[in-house]
Amino acid sequence: MTDQAFVTIKNAAKSFGALQVLKDINLTVERGQIVAIIGPSGSGKSTLLRAINELDPLTSGEVWLEGVQVNKTLPHRQYEAHVNQVRQDIGMVFQHFNLFPHLTVRGNITLAPRMLKGLSEDEANKLAEEQLAKVGLAEKIDEYPSRLSGGQKQRVAIARALAMKPKVMLFDEATSALDPELVEEVNLVMKQLAEEHMTMIIVTHEMDFAASVCDRVLFMDQGVVVEEGPPSVIFENPQEERTRNFLRKHLSR
Amino acid sequence: MDIELILRVYPFFLQAALVTVQLSVLTCILGLICGAIGAFMRLSRLVPLRWFGAVYVSLFRGTPALIQVFILYFGGPQVGINLDAFTAGTIALGVNIGAYMTETIRGAILSVDKGQTEAARTLGMSKGETMRKVVLPQAARMMIRPLGVNINALIKGTALLAPISVIELTQTAQRFIGSTYKPFEMFLLAGILYMLFIYAVGLGINWLDRKARIS
Ligand SMILES: Nc1ncnc2c1ncn2[C@@H]1O[C@H](COP(=O)(O)OP(=O)(O)OP(=O)(O)O)[C@@H](O)[C@H]1O
Ligand SMILES: [Mg+2]
Repeated sequence: MTDQAFVTIKNAAKSFGALQVLKDINLTVERGQIVAIIGPSGSGKSTLLRAINELDPLTSGEVWLEGVQVNKTLPHRQYEAHVNQVRQDIGMVFQHFNLFPHLTVRGNITLAPRMLKGLSEDEANKLAEEQLAKVGLAEKIDEYPSRLSGGQKQRVAIARALAMKPKVMLFDEATSALDPELVEEVNLVMKQLAEEHMTMIIVTHEMDFAASVCDRVLFMDQGVVVEEGPPSVIFENPQEERTRNFLRKHLSR
Repeated sequence: MDIELILRVYPFFLQAALVTVQLSVLTCILGLICGAIGAFMRLSRLVPLRWFGAVYVSLFRGTPALIQVFILYFGGPQVGINLDAFTAGTIALGVNIGAYMTETIRGAILSVDKGQTEAARTLGMSKGETMRKVVLPQAARMMIRPLGVNINALIKGTALLAPISVIELTQTAQRFIGSTYKPFEMFLLAGILYMLFIYAVGLGINWLDRKARIS
């Protein structure tokens, strides 16, 4: 178990019609590792992340989580049952939060655990309180999402994902839709997860955050991983011309 | 204007209005059932179901409701379907408005942000669970007003049953014109009763819509 990679992506390729968005991507993430994916718009970062939990299934290649192949080819019913099962282990946080507006914060957090893990009402409530305390929003438990700020919404979305006790968390530009003054509160929650050794794959445009939190950085462009390495190398001493060009634009701000 | 005549005949019109209300309620229930089934066929993963739903909608929206009523009531006996006018009329109008409601319900379901489905599926919820717990509760709120428009249309549509002699408002007006030769008064009376009914239903829809919004 120790030397086996936790998340493995092998020869991943993905096309939308004639447009090839991912080209032969390989990636391994160890348990507890935090990987940042950076790259220009349209380079395929979201598509790669969404392939990990089968939201956008790969055209070819394999995705593995802890020895289980995520993108198995199965008859429809079995496939559905299989993805529903593995997705419980893969938390995802979206740029636009995607909280359920018709449910309270409590309802947002407890819906899936109650339905899928058969928690009783008391257990689910306790779980919601725990997760909310973790993101510092215990007092918002009975609010509707429309009453929360963007930063609070994203923290609730993180709590909702964590309530499923996932093995890995995927973040797709979790702070891009936020007003600048609300970014830090979400970053803090993510840093705290890092300290707890949550395995995370983070697509981000925030180079400072990636540099301070991540163990490894992948630079993607036009559907390929151009360069990867520890943040010290990627940000301070990138080997590839394309990486340098990209960083020149994004670090100078 | 012959007020005295109006006062003399209005009880008959009230009775006919009751029939119009009955027709409307039954048509509406049948329409909602057909609309729900139609919408799920249109949104199904299975091609034959999708195709069947599409044919249903284009067939019933693409021909006059009056023709549909006539086919069932006059044409039915020829193929062994013998229904009284009230039943045939209710079925024909219900299935007809169901085609419009199919599109209303489908539209509301499709208007729920795709991110909602993605968030639910990402948590491990199945398609069905996602539909029931996340998409439908949001779509239901959004379909109240457009379904109100369909219901408004179906109430007015019940007048199409006058030609097959269902004793509803329009038919009653025509019948009294035959004996009184006062079309203005008779149609005015029928029109006012339609208006009151439609107004009351409109208030109900508004109330429902407001209530759904607050919670
Ligand atoms: N569902 C889809 N259908 C067709 N094309 C798509 C779809 N999703 C993404 N694409 C295309 O795939 C390419 C990669 O998109 P992707 O969203 O993965 O990029 P990204 O790196 O996340 O960009 P950004 O930084 O803007 O979020 C883009 O050209 C995009 O237009
Ligand atoms: Mg993206």
